[in-house]
Amino acid sequence: MTTTVWVPRDSSARAVGADEVASALAAVEGVTVRRNGTRGMLWREPLVEVETDRGRVGYAGVEAPAVPELVAQGLLEGADLACGIGVVDDDPWLTGQERVTCSRLGLAEPTDIEAYAARGGWEGLRRAAVLEPAQVVEEVITSGLRGRGGAGFPTGIKWRTVLEARQGGAPQAFVACNLDEGDSGTFADRILAEGDPFTLLEGMTVAALAVGATEGYIYCRSEYPDAVATLREAIAVAQEFGYLGDVLGTGRHFDVVVREGAGAYICGEETSMLESLEGRRGEVRAKPPIPALSGLWGAPTVVNNVLTFAAVPMILAGGGQAYADLGTGRSRGTQLFQLAGNVARGGLVELSFGVTLRQLVEDWGGGTLSGRPVRAVQCGGPLGAYLPADRLDVPMDYEALAEAGGMLGHGGIVVFDESFDAARMARFAMEFCAAESCGKCTPCRVGSTRGVETIDRLCGASADGPDGTGRTQLLVLLEDLCETMTKGSLCALGGLTPLPVRSALEHFPEDFERSRS
Amino acid sequence: MTPSARELAAARAHERGPLLEILHDVLDARGWISEQDVREVADVLNLSVAEVHGVVSFYSDLRRTPPPAHTVRVCRAEACQSVGAETLHREAVAALSGQEGVEVHEVFCFGNCALGPSVEVDGTLRGRMTIERLLAEAGGWTS
Ligand SMILES: Cc1cc2nc3c(=O)[nH]c(=O)nc-3n(C[C@H](O)[C@H](O)[C@H](O)COP(=O)(O)O)c2cc1C
Ligand code: SF4
Ligand code: FES
Repeated sequence: MTTTVWVPRDSSARAVGADEVASALAAVEGVTVRRNGTRGMLWREPLVEVETDRGRVGYAGVEAPAVPELVAQGLLEGADLACGIGVVDDDPWLTGQERVTCSRLGLAEPTDIEAYAARGGWEGLRRAAVLEPAQVVEEVITSGLRGRGGAGFPTGIKWRTVLEARQGGAPQAFVACNLDEGDSGTFADRILAEGDPFTLLEGMTVAALAVGATEGYIYCRSEYPDAVATLREAIAVAQEFGYLGDVLGTGRHFDVVVREGAGAYICGEETSMLESLEGRRGEVRAKPPIPALSGLWGAPTVVNNVLTFAAVPMILAGGGQAYADLGTGRSRGTQLFQLAGNVARGGLVELSFGVTLRQLVEDWGGGTLSGRPVRAVQCGGPLGAYLPADRLDVPMDYEALAEAGGMLGHGGIVVFDESFDAARMARFAMEFCAAESCGKCTPCRVGSTRGVETIDRLCGASADGPDGTGRTQLLVLLEDLCETMTKGSLCALGGLTPLPVRSALEHFPEDFERSRS
Repeated sequence: MTPSARELAAARAHERGPLLEILHDVLDARGWISEQDVREVADVLNLSVAEVHGVVSFYSDLRRTPPPAHTVRVCRAEACQSVGAETLHREAVAALSGQEGVEVHEVFCFGNCALGPSVEVDGTLRGRMTIERLLAEAGGWTS
């Protein structure tokens, strides 16, 4: 008799020793090790799951050297051990979520296509294949789905633009998936691509049927080698089983290729991504023309984030209305929130829009990892504002967050404890912009470098003239720089970098009084 | 035997917009991109040398010098900073970057932001990294 034990192959789990744990378990007689994606409870990685009559029993934070001892104590029988968390499917951190996009995450081997089909996979695609393209688009419009990459543009409207261009005579259309995920504090695209790649491929294939595209590209950042490998494997399997290539035997063809980035944050901006996919420098293109009309090689192109595509199979399978019934205001459906940084329970939480930032940080995240009070939270990536601890009661939806001066972005939430230094983070925002600017426009390229210098002077000893005039002048200069960058930048890298800088100044002015580092 | 840049370029010349893919192939095969590689790729694709140069210089992954024996990449992005990445980066540079055959680089995010600080050591990603563990791993490298 053998016991099946699951050990995630997610790269975050591997970063804390999952491979070593898997090897240690494989060496135990009577154990079959299988590698799933992560459940998203990253603070518990490596999370080992043992199949028992009661279900899959979990053990958190297992270390390879401890495996023999844990086995001796009854790990393989699902014994109640100190690191045990009980039956994983019953864990409140999971059952409290609304897992729609993530409904299959971490349950099976990521490229096990039969397991995928057994859990409702391909149902959305099957339905899309018997609908008219315009009906598929209509379903996505009904769902209220908005782009999950940051800008929040209505997905169905984008698809309709491409479909109309195609019907208007464009000989070809493309589907391009943005897996550049450069924002610090975000990893949902990666987890999904590594853990449940077929959901992404199914969503892209639905898009292809909706707009009449025959070729798709996934642009994946080079920092995600595991995602690249898993996707390539999944594509080959999907082709073999007839989901890609001649799609479901309909005679309509769709093939997907993964292309790797090369270490440039700006290539997440869609026009820069298109340039890079075409093999050029990732310089931002001026819009118009929008990619939906003139994207890859001048053809109408659907560009969407991983999570946008990944929401589509469920929308088609369950109907757009069911998806729209979740959420709040103009933010429909669910969002994959990512709890990161100095947080006790970091990981992936899928919930309807409308949950508050405080609930996410305190209830789901359990406060800081260090146990010290939260001082600041950055929401929406490096271009998002720093919110102080007393501003966390804002509901997480596109409009409410924008009103509070923040940004939902890609759903990343970075928590800082009292060691947070607003001046240092403001300086970093400018430094990051300078390092990652594509160089096309002066306000971004030059303004960010001047921003670094100005913050350095502001925090340096020389700023404090006898009458404080030096400081006042520098603050005016910094504000001018922010204004110029906001107004004069072609894209949001230069245009939104002032957001974290200004929020740091507004909420934590005392940090700029002196150099704390 | 390692294929030449010319051969690698020819293998993909028929693909759409293949330049970046080819440069990745050259990098995978040899670890860096030389002047000679640039000329060969440009020649096969019928591009100017300046054009290929422009692409190589845009992307930080496309290195133009032979790689060192050991590479440490420390994440310096916000989430890792919230758990001490700046100090870790500073200490890693101080301890290792002077060493023969070792390079320390900064990276902005590995997507391991819930389990930072993140450091990649010779291609292997590590979470919850400390300077002690990093130096222990690097202990065997000293020339
Ligand atoms: C500087 C910058 C970086 C961006 N990075 C990403 C990214 O990494 N991933 C992503 O999906 N979108 C990113 N975006 C947004 C894209 O430009 C684009 O809006 C998105 O890919 C469209 O897909 P969606 O409608 O599904 O969100 C970025 C935008 C800017 C300005
Ligand atoms: S704002 Fe910066 S990144 Fe964006 S186009 Fe201008 S220079 Fe490039
Ligand atoms: S911020 Fe360091 S891994 Fe994401």
